[in-house]
Amino acid sequence: MSTLSTVLVLGVLLVMILTSPGWPAVKESFFNEFYARDVLPDILKGLRLTIILFVSAEPVILVVGLLLAVVRGLTAPIYTPLRFLAIAYADVVRGIPTILLILLFGFGIPALNLQGLPDSQLFWAWFALVVSYSAYVGEVLRAGLESVHPSQRAAARALGLNQYQSLRYVVVPQAVRRVTPPLLNDFIALQKDTALVAIIGAGIEMTRAAQIYTLDAFNFTPLVVAAFFYVLLTVPLSRWADWMAARQRRRSAAAGGAL
Amino acid sequence: MTEPTLTGPTLQLRGVHKAYGDNPVLRGVSLDVDEHEVVALIGPSGCGKSTLLRCIDLLEPIDAGAIILEGEDISWPGYDVNAARRNIGIVFQSFNLFPHRSVLDNITLAPRKVLGHSRDDAETQAMDLLTRFGLADKAAGYPDRLSGGQQQRVAIVRALAMQPRIMLFDEITSALDPELVGEVLGVIRDLKAAGLTMVLATHEMAFAREVATRVAFLDGGEVAELGPPEQVLSEPQQERTRRFLRRVTEAGRL
Repeated sequence: MSTLSTVLVLGVLLVMILTSPGWPAVKESFFNEFYARDVLPDILKGLRLTIILFVSAEPVILVVGLLLAVVRGLTAPIYTPLRFLAIAYADVVRGIPTILLILLFGFGIPALNLQGLPDSQLFWAWFALVVSYSAYVGEVLRAGLESVHPSQRAAARALGLNQYQSLRYVVVPQAVRRVTPPLLNDFIALQKDTALVAIIGAGIEMTRAAQIYTLDAFNFTPLVVAAFFYVLLTVPLSRWADWMAARQRRRSAAAGGAL
Repeated sequence: MTEPTLTGPTLQLRGVHKAYGDNPVLRGVSLDVDEHEVVALIGPSGCGKSTLLRCIDLLEPIDAGAIILEGEDISWPGYDVNAARRNIGIVFQSFNLFPHRSVLDNITLAPRKVLGHSRDDAETQAMDLLTRFGLADKAAGYPDRLSGGQQQRVAIVRALAMQPRIMLFDEITSALDPELVGEVLGVIRDLKAAGLTMVLATHEMAFAREVATRVAFLDGGEVAELGPPEQVLSEPQQERTRRFLRRVTEAGRL
């Protein structure tokens, strides 16, 4: 029944779109087969850089984010300066649009010609993504760490585990499990934001490839093709996030909601 | 479980003070616990039983006094708290098992990471303990699959796996359904028979009478009365002990 109604509604929508008076113009400019075929090889090349950026940034973001989250949770007075730095980092970085960070790092730092620092724009664009997303991921992980009851840490310390071991084996694993869905949400966002690297033209990733074509031909089909591939990348991640969230719910239901 | 060692008491508390802000919880608690002794801490809620146990395990810093374990003052600021805790086992009212680790992993974590035992050794020892307390079939399961009584017994085994010199029990049956209390108290009986040195905070007066070598009545942050169970529980010398026991008995009748 639900399949039938879904097919029916989508079918009607499709017919309405395809028979509407504006459709030929839209088709010509957004869904042009000729341009789609033409741009495909370059988009696929761009896809490679998109994936490299995303896959190489993600582990670094996780590590930096976790460090920030842990530092914010340190209560001993000796750590107060570190804690303030971590808070300032999260506040400032989250206040700056990612696109500005990419412009600042990607154009700004290579222009300084500093010794010992990489001068690749692409590297600094990657760096800007890491800076931006670590702040968000750090906040998500902090919420996770705070959600683990203090008695868990007490139990770990009582067994003789030191502070690092208690975090490593008891608190962090539970925290990460709880915030997996929001973490995956941030990673979906990161994957799309690799497109922002296009604005400094540092490397030919998908959006950049599509942009060049579009400006060349005054046709938007290349952008649509790029968008299609982004969706192709993010949809499996979204489904995975849903699946993880559902598993989480089942688990806590099995535990009687007590854990 | 314990090896014969020096002559002095296993645990000595000397004038232990602890306050939360302006609220004094412990006001000079002194108590000696000899090897193989079982001391029951009784007293009204808020009398400082739990706080005292947490202070002994250095989970709470004390304001004044000393905690001496086998002749060593473990409460002075420079002492390695992790080293001290290795010799002290504590079991909490709310079990505090690690929900993300299997029963076996709960037990082997500290022996492996703190004592540096190999996984094989730690697991063999854990299985021995689980078998001894009738929990061998639960080893691979996760804590949320166990009843409260089973969880608490696993928590006891987890503390025992560190082979502590002394065990502290903080009202370990208070969170349990009445029909599950017996199996947990049975474990304590076993441990007493094995000669383990223990301090237990409890509301179970009958059990304190049965298992304790001495009973300490805590009131207003100090040891108000201390002696063999038949004396403290049957013929208390202090008026406030009598009052407390009368309240407990009345509550039992209702």
